Amino acid sequence: MNNSTGSTATVRAAGVNIKDLRKSYGNNEVLKGISLTVEPGQVVCLIGPSGSGKSTLLRCVNLLEHPNAGTINVGEFEATDPDVDLNKMRQSVGMVFQHFNLFPHLSVLENCTISQMKVLKRSKSEAADVARHNLERVGLGHLADRFPDQLSGGQQQRVAIARALSMDPKLMLFDEPTSALDPETVGDVLAVMRKLAQEGMTMLVVTHEMGFAREVADRVVFMDAGVVVEEGPAEHVISAPTQPRTKEFLRRVLDPTHIGVEEN
Amino acid sequence: MAMTARQRAKVSLYVQAGIFVVVLAAVILAVDWKTIGTSVFNFAKIGPMFPDIFLVGLKNTLIYTALAFVVGLSGGLLLALMKLSSFPLYRWIATGYIEFFRGVPALLVFIAFGYGVPLAFGVQWDVNIVVMVSLGMVASAYIAETLRAGLQAVPKGQMEAARSLGMPHWRAMVSIVIPQAFKIVLPPLTNEIILLTKDSSLIYVLGLTASQYELTKFGRDGISSLGAGLTPLLVAGAFYLVITIPLSLLARKFESRSARTKR
Repeated sequence: MNNSTGSTATVRAAGVNIKDLRKSYGNNEVLKGISLTVEPGQVVCLIGPSGSGKSTLLRCVNLLEHPNAGTINVGEFEATDPDVDLNKMRQSVGMVFQHFNLFPHLSVLENCTISQMKVLKRSKSEAADVARHNLERVGLGHLADRFPDQLSGGQQQRVAIARALSMDPKLMLFDEPTSALDPETVGDVLAVMRKLAQEGMTMLVVTHEMGFAREVADRVVFMDAGVVVEEGPAEHVISAPTQPRTKEFLRRVLDPTHIGVEEN
Repeated sequence: MAMTARQRAKVSLYVQAGIFVVVLAAVILAVDWKTIGTSVFNFAKIGPMFPDIFLVGLKNTLIYTALAFVVGLSGGLLLALMKLSSFPLYRWIATGYIEFFRGVPALLVFIAFGYGVPLAFGVQWDVNIVVMVSLGMVASAYIAETLRAGLQAVPKGQMEAARSLGMPHWRAMVSIVIPQAFKIVLPPLTNEIILLTKDSSLIYVLGLTASQYELTKFGRDGISSLGAGLTPLLVAGAFYLVITIPLSLLARKFESRSARTKR
């Protein structure tokens, strides 16, 4: 539903190609040979229990974590090439964090302009124009002069999305973007993400929002204990999983009151 | 006989106040007020100290402190970044430097640079340079630890967000991490200036010309020339308080401000 061929496509999307990715912390191997492809313009949701390695996988894509083995290609960049220009690559990869990580000493507008000015060398007025445009996109144009600690969690997360968009990324990574939010602000953030998906942005999303995954994702990847257990179209993985581990996980997530209760 | 907790606390307070009054009275009675009057509180004879203690002494103390602080802040920032570096050699150098200069008395550092350098190299540094180097190097060590703590107090997510936006490491440091760290270390940094103000007095061990006198040297000079006993030192001490108390109030203001903005 989102591989829009229509007129709203404003991004030149990039794809992601991950092959046999391994990552260990000491003796603890958290990614045990992951392979995953995201086509340009696709939305892929990573789901799975905590500790399954999905956030680590996401953080490997823009090299916030350095994998021990395997290759990652992001658009024209090979992220795992030791000679890759990381700063250049990261300019085209937007990242949204669970805890927003807005810069508290800068205003909302400055949060969205600083990297444009310092990294892309845009003029102050050009950067401000881009920033205002993206703040409008997330519905927060009127809050440009506030500071992060004056905003609600949901507003901060939307600013974080606008900040990432201001660098004109070709791929967006979302690391549990709604997990730290009050329930009533989750919807606003998901709505922004849904709109982005419709505009043709490539998105890799770690999430526990099954409704969002089912509605927006082209593909859903279920991970557990460092491996991909099951992947496919959302309606298959979420609505008709074939693997016992996927079934168990979804049963717990979709109906938490069932935990520990035997069927009779 | 049984007292409530509140009554017991009240009685305890009265007892403490009583002890304080008794000790104070004992000290007042024991003091030789006649001698004190001529050799400590003899304000009648200190006229000649003015206005030079103000125009020269206070000015020089402020200059020496400022010089040392500028060197200390830049050196401290460099050392803090070295200490947090991923390159082991930098960490070792910074750690060695910090441990050494925090471990030796500042007075010895003054003597080393004031007398040692002329002996070793045959050059006589200007007093301002000696202060900048010796007090600045000592201050660097203390300020480095303060800044390191501040840099580490900035959440890791700030660096990650900046790097994710394509900023190189140094740019993320300069634009994102260091500004936040400075806000955190403003109160301890202000205390550092207070310590420096007082340590600038150690320069009295060097041979100073009259125009280089700072507050303490003025006081010591007054002791021998005015015949008012220790009174000139008392005056010098009062001038230090004129500098340090406002700084202390400033530090407290910074503290309450950062407590308010903390989320």
